[in-house]
Amino acid sequence: MNQWLLVAFFFIVGLIIPVGAIGVAAILGPKKPNPVKQETYECGLETVGDSWVQFKAQYYIFALVFLIFDVETVFLFPWAVRLGQLGLFAVIEGIVFIAILIAGLVYTWRKGMLEWA
Amino acid sequence: MDFLKDPLKLAADWLIGLMTGWGMPEGVATGVAAFLGIFVLIAILMVIDIFLVWLERKVVARFQDRIGPNRLGPFGLIQPFADIIKLLIKEDITPANADKVVYNLAPMLSMMSVLILWAIIPLAPNILGVDLNVAALYIVATGAIGTLSIIMAGWSSNNKFALLGAFRQVAVMVSFEIPMVASLLIPTILSGSMGMNAITRAQYPLPFFILSPLAALIFLIAAIAELGRAPFDMGEAESELISGYNVEYSGMKFGMFYAGELLHAFTFGGFWGILFFGGYGLFGLEKLPALAFLDNVYINMLTLIVKAVIGYWIIMWVKYTMMRIRIDHMLAFNWKFLTPLSFALLIVTALVHALAKDASPWVYGLSMFLSNLVLGWIVVEFLRRYSRAEREKVEGPAKPAMEAAGH
Repeated sequence: MNQWLLVAFFFIVGLIIPVGAIGVAAILGPKKPNPVKQETYECGLETVGDSWVQFKAQYYIFALVFLIFDVETVFLFPWAVRLGQLGLFAVIEGIVFIAILIAGLVYTWRKGMLEWA
Repeated sequence: MDFLKDPLKLAADWLIGLMTGWGMPEGVATGVAAFLGIFVLIAILMVIDIFLVWLERKVVARFQDRIGPNRLGPFGLIQPFADIIKLLIKEDITPANADKVVYNLAPMLSMMSVLILWAIIPLAPNILGVDLNVAALYIVATGAIGTLSIIMAGWSSNNKFALLGAFRQVAVMVSFEIPMVASLLIPTILSGSMGMNAITRAQYPLPFFILSPLAALIFLIAAIAELGRAPFDMGEAESELISGYNVEYSGMKFGMFYAGELLHAFTFGGFWGILFFGGYGLFGLEKLPALAFLDNVYINMLTLIVKAVIGYWIIMWVKYTMMRIRIDHMLAFNWKFLTPLSFALLIVTALVHALAKDASPWVYGLSMFLSNLVLGWIVVEFLRRYSRAEREKVEGPAKPAMEAAGH
């Protein structure tokens, strides 16, 4: 049997359980909505303005740095699996690759992108 | 005796035989049997999850010198069932400004991202969902679904607390994914495979926490940050953001976030056990002739569950001992310390592996352990000098102890 079909089954069952629980709760629970109850919660104050606003750019920069690293480290997995058969030359090549990654980190660091400014 | 060796296969064969007897094609019958098996596994997980709620409440109470739930049933064991009934009959309040579709989808995805992790966990050599050969990548991929559910919850609630919490949480989660991936690479190098079963088997005779204690430590820290638990719980900092990304959720939807978080912690305790502590193996004890009776499916399952509970307990211990860290300190800790350290560890491990792979397992293990020890010592020494220099910047040069005491 195909492995990924089983993974798909896990996805389906993994969705059925929470959907079922939330569905049962929706049937059993009382439904008495009113405008005050449905207000945005802000410790009793009326909320001012929309919350879908501009946010700190630093979050975006961290996400960008993460993206570079994450994509690059995924390349390391095939290398790590076959490390035993590859011999010393390929190991050195992998280390050069990691060194380039670290150089990228040092560059980001020197540019001050890792500071919470 | 067959039932003792491979109960899952026996049950599946019986079920498939039954369904083909009804005139079902064999392919469909296999599929239905697999679906039912997965359903049973996940149902058992949900029952475990219910007891995790009790365990968490009881353990936090003991840490804080309280008694915890003790009214319903012996030791308050029935308390979590009462909690579930309460969650089921609570009114589900959706804020009027929320984005309804995304708002309702987020708790389901949060729970799903945890449940699908159990597809690759080997409870025993034959009792596992799928023996994927890319299981290490699968862990990272499902983690991304959890991240997605948090940003969905925070954004769709249309609440400033929720949005702030979600941004912080996601920044921490994506940052700590780098050391986590790097520490997942270490067992991959040591075992030569990404499959969980192969990694478990490769830990005989030496489990990987002996070969690479630093990697085990980095994985634990990164896992705690991925879970968003204290000291990395900036996303739901109660004292400033009330409850962070799930502040607008109530009833069973909140329950899904809560139960998902507990099960996630338990699951990562299990992964810690699988990747570094030999999974379902008993550290080679079951291979001894005198203890051969331990080499059976039920003992294997029990071993992994016990290891997962111990891992979960350590995660709880950290949570209730450490204070919350400020977000810039947290991200600096990751990017300026943990990430360089994990890459340095990766280089050292790859080099030692290339040089010592043909030696006997004990020489190989010893050189791995010593290289980890040396790297750890260098890091501690560097940190000591750095923090002394930082302290001298504030306090002036350190005085000898005699002079400071006034002599």
